[in-house]
Amino acid sequence: MPGISEQRPREPRRVVVTGVGVVAPGGIGTKQYWELLTSGTTATRTISLFDATPFRSRIAAECDFDPIAAGLSRREIRRWDRTTQFAVVAAREALADSGAVGEMDPHRTGVMLGTACGMTQSLDREYAVVSDQGATWLVDEEHAVPYLYDYFLPSSMATEIAWMAEAEGPVGVVSTGCTSGLDVVGHAVDLVRDGMADVMVAGASDAAISPITVACFDAIKATSPRNDEPESASRPFDRTRNGFVLGEGAAVFVLEEYEHARRRGAHVYAEVAGHASRCNAYSMTGLRSDGKEMADAIGAALGQARLNPHDIDYVNAHGSATKQNDRHETAAFKLSLGRHAYDVPVSSIKSMIGHSLGAICSLEVAACALAIEHSVIPPTANLNEPDPECDLDFVPLVARERELGAVLSVASGFGGFQSAIVLTSPGRKAA
Amino acid sequence: MTTSTRTVSGDAGTGSGPVVVTGLGVAAPNGLGVEEYWRAALAGRSGIAPITRFDPAGYSVRIAGQLDIEPKKHLPGRLLPQTDHMTRLALIAAEEALADAGADPKEMPAHAAGVVTAASGGGFEFGQRELEALWSKGGNHVSAYQSFAWFYPVNTGQVSIRHDMRGPGSALVAEQAGGLDAISKACRNVRAGTALMLAGGVDGSLCPWSLVCMTKSGRLSNATDPDRAYLPFDAAASGHVPGEGGALLVLEARAAARERGARILGEIAGYASTFDPRPGSGREPGLRRAVELALADARITAADVDVVFADAAGVPDLDRIEAATLAAVFGPRGVPVTAPKSLTGRLLGGGASLDVASALLGLRDGVIPPTAAAVHCAYADEIDLVTGAPREARLGTALIVARGYGGFNSALVVRR
Repeated sequence: MPGISEQRPREPRRVVVTGVGVVAPGGIGTKQYWELLTSGTTATRTISLFDATPFRSRIAAECDFDPIAAGLSRREIRRWDRTTQFAVVAAREALADSGAVGEMDPHRTGVMLGTACGMTQSLDREYAVVSDQGATWLVDEEHAVPYLYDYFLPSSMATEIAWMAEAEGPVGVVSTGCTSGLDVVGHAVDLVRDGMADVMVAGASDAAISPITVACFDAIKATSPRNDEPESASRPFDRTRNGFVLGEGAAVFVLEEYEHARRRGAHVYAEVAGHASRCNAYSMTGLRSDGKEMADAIGAALGQARLNPHDIDYVNAHGSATKQNDRHETAAFKLSLGRHAYDVPVSSIKSMIGHSLGAICSLEVAACALAIEHSVIPPTANLNEPDPECDLDFVPLVARERELGAVLSVASGFGGFQSAIVLTSPGRKAA
Repeated sequence: MTTSTRTVSGDAGTGSGPVVVTGLGVAAPNGLGVEEYWRAALAGRSGIAPITRFDPAGYSVRIAGQLDIEPKKHLPGRLLPQTDHMTRLALIAAEEALADAGADPKEMPAHAAGVVTAASGGGFEFGQRELEALWSKGGNHVSAYQSFAWFYPVNTGQVSIRHDMRGPGSALVAEQAGGLDAISKACRNVRAGTALMLAGGVDGSLCPWSLVCMTKSGRLSNATDPDRAYLPFDAAASGHVPGEGGALLVLEARAAARERGARILGEIAGYASTFDPRPGSGREPGLRRAVELALADARITAADVDVVFADAAGVPDLDRIEAATLAAVFGPRGVPVTAPKSLTGRLLGGGASLDVASALLGLRDGVIPPTAAAVHCAYADEIDLVTGAPREARLGTALIVARGYGGFNSALVVRR
């Protein structure tokens, strides 16, 4: 019996980005986002979302997000955690941007979302209610809001977006901590390549600026305590860096099979040419200093894209501004890119929009797509005193114009996850 | 969508060919370890009982498939302060699965082994303790382990560290359906060249806070008689019982498994996942399409399937949809259907991979594990539900169906 697959051509299916949507500190929407990144302005500030006075790190990159202005109904605002709200608003922009609405077969359309912390803000808040501020272990069912199971399951936001996009193909959530936003794009690309869908709405969202998250990172001194200078607190690759600055936000893409996009004359931002992930099998929070697993992920992503290290025109770094991360990453670039590591511009946008945990990698992939689109490399803000141990071209302070044929974005996270993704320009001749 | 045409997905490798299961690890409320669980499943022994971990008197749900262990007996002491109950169960299952496969990632080349797990709410009991500390004592009393002990991919991270698995790692969430999605994702990694993947889900972090959250699904049973609390496909079905545990599978390319002389439990032959349209849209639910696409992916027809492990929601509307779907695809009473999860409760991210394990053990032993004896099938015209006692049968191919709260449907085919 012939299987359906035998009629399928052996040429691998290619996947392109045809829509981008962003909710970020400093602005809602891709336009404002790109203006912020290319101007080198920072959106880090003193936490205003709750009273952070008792905490060690009291700064964050918050989104000035007005859900009503963003088009959400009062009912949606009441039911949805801020993470879901971000995801929905970003997905709407991406879908509108792609022009694909009405041209997607529901059975061939899917949704994949990434998140590190899910609905933590609502869980944190509601726990205080049902436990009477932590007074009782046997929490009170009667005072629980009806949405708690949607907060328990991060997949609830994928449900909302699938309904919105009328997607009836593969739907789910990828959660790999701080690499979620990259791994979810990779996973969605795999599903399209495998023929399980032609269009995937994919991206990541996190809104975890809440007491429990701030306390978590205080406990391990991962976040910067530079409370007096919030605007310049996130200092990737700088000698004076002392931890990351928490952020929040979302970026969502329309990922489309190349022929599907071509047939409908879609605008193509970039092709997702390769991605890979590795575990460091070392520590839930620590990194091996040699950068070997990240380097291996970079090598695998390049291999899949059929590119050589010298083909990479820009590297979007993880650059979280913790002491160990920036050293680890510098080593990984040298290991994977060889001499080219010293020539290629590398920058960290976390210097401007902080570290939004699971969402940040999707925001970074968005920055890469926009960098290719506009031929501009966003800078590393706050990089005034380069760390001698981080001796690459980190594009300090000022954006750079440059034609970009291929860009690499990397991520590193708790759990030991190390990931890499390669985007290529639609104008670039595919290998 | 056959394995042989998918060579450039997921990673940069060149491997291809069928993916097989060479090892199993199981942690279930009615049995810790593969053989103990399997004996209980065949004997119809249930792990569903009144909750004892805390006093459930004040809650509308008082029954669960609780799985209690003596952690020190199974795990090194240093792991205990940093792990939730769920992760301890996962570490136990991972160790068993790798030993069962006769594989030690530490002896394998770097990056040759990876992990994909399914999750739901994460390490929730650990999380409740830290939320309690935060709200009652203040932020500086929150544990340094909270940042990762609660988070969704914690089982992947801890298992990879314990067994030095430095290949691809991931975690997926789609409630019950996520367990099958995780196995499929790991198969993709194997096809792309990773020699060994550990995949599946082990979940369950029963505490007052998680119970209250789960209660709000509106799908839990309020019954107080453990034998009557979870009765899928029964006219008296009134919801399900939450449970703890799951299964992890060792996956390898068949050629490589044969080469190293590994015992092969079965092949992961097909998979598909779909999503239900928005309620009220008038469009057909996605379950039937998931089943049919999974069969097509395995390049088989309905007639080739010897047994179906049902999702068995225990919610009347959902049971009716599933019974009708199976009758439509396989014909009325066209294939034996079973739900051994009626003896464990629904294990969130862990349930679907436990069904896959049960299916593989069923293929091995030529026997279909039964649905709980108390279930009287209300859809007897549509499905041939195996209840009360195991049924011996020559089994070549099994279909596993899983639905996740929120609209997720996944289906997976395994064969000898």
